[in-house]
Amino acid sequence: MKILTITLIIFLIFPSSYLKADNQDKLNKITKNLRCLICQGQSVYDSDSEFANSMKTLVEKKLDEGLPEDQIYEYFKNKYGEWILYNPQLNKNTYILWLLPLFLFLIGGAIIIKSFIIKK
Amino acid sequence: MKNKILPFSVIIFFGMIFFIFYKGLEDSKIYTPNVNTKNEIPVFNTKDFFSGENMKSSSIFELDEIYLLNIWSSWCIPCRQEHPFLMNLNSDNTVNIIGMNYKDNLKNAKNFLEELGDPYKEIFTDVDGTIAIEWGAYGVPESYLIYNNKIIKKYIGPLNQKFINEIKLLIK
Repeated sequence: MKILTITLIIFLIFPSSYLKADNQDKLNKITKNLRCLICQGQSVYDSDSEFANSMKTLVEKKLDEGLPEDQIYEYFKNKYGEWILYNPQLNKNTYILWLLPLFLFLIGGAIIIKSFIIKK
Repeated sequence: MKNKILPFSVIIFFGMIFFIFYKGLEDSKIYTPNVNTKNEIPVFNTKDFFSGENMKSSSIFELDEIYLLNIWSSWCIPCRQEHPFLMNLNSDNTVNIIGMNYKDNLKNAKNFLEELGDPYKEIFTDVDGTIAIEWGAYGVPESYLIYNNKIIKKYIGPLNQKFINEIKLLIK
């Protein structure tokens, strides 16, 4: 009987607290990836300005509504533009940013391979 | 052969870095928001400032009318500066000025209106600042010119005579 009660209690408590923690993690993750537009070089997560606090509340509301992460980003992108996201998407303004490291990596690889082959 | 490739790639590498940083120097580091948006106004639920009754955004903004939505707060100093311009604009009766009371104490806000006058046709409250985010606002004060449920123009910061003249011109 005792075991039954304990398992029942665990089952009742565990899922809800787990879900809540999950939402909190998501909230932290999303707000860390949103730029606080009125602060310099701070994310919404880091900032304590009026703007950032409202943003946090709104992200929390959206999460409670069950909106997935990418839709929340899309929502803020529509309101404030691409700049609000810390993780920029690949487009004509950001292609250098995305492709240059890959390009440099290939050049470096080519140099290494070439010097190996020459050494051999 | 080997001797030639290395200095050549080093030069290219530094040349590219120089080019990127040089281009980066020209860019303005100050973020300037886009003010000429043709965005639809958001749909939201709020409360009336005076009665505290629930209201919907659709009941505030009607088609074929020009509205100026002004986000204000009693604790905001620039709002105090822009208030006479709003009073002035209201005296012409050409535009419906709607107020959004942003994260404010009700008593202070009422004192503010008593002291400086009430240019607003309607005021609704935004207690936690989320409605302002729905509008894409940055802070207070901020004003939006609205026609046919579309945002025609956005004014960030306090209104001044230049903006008022522009608003009057746009209304015509």
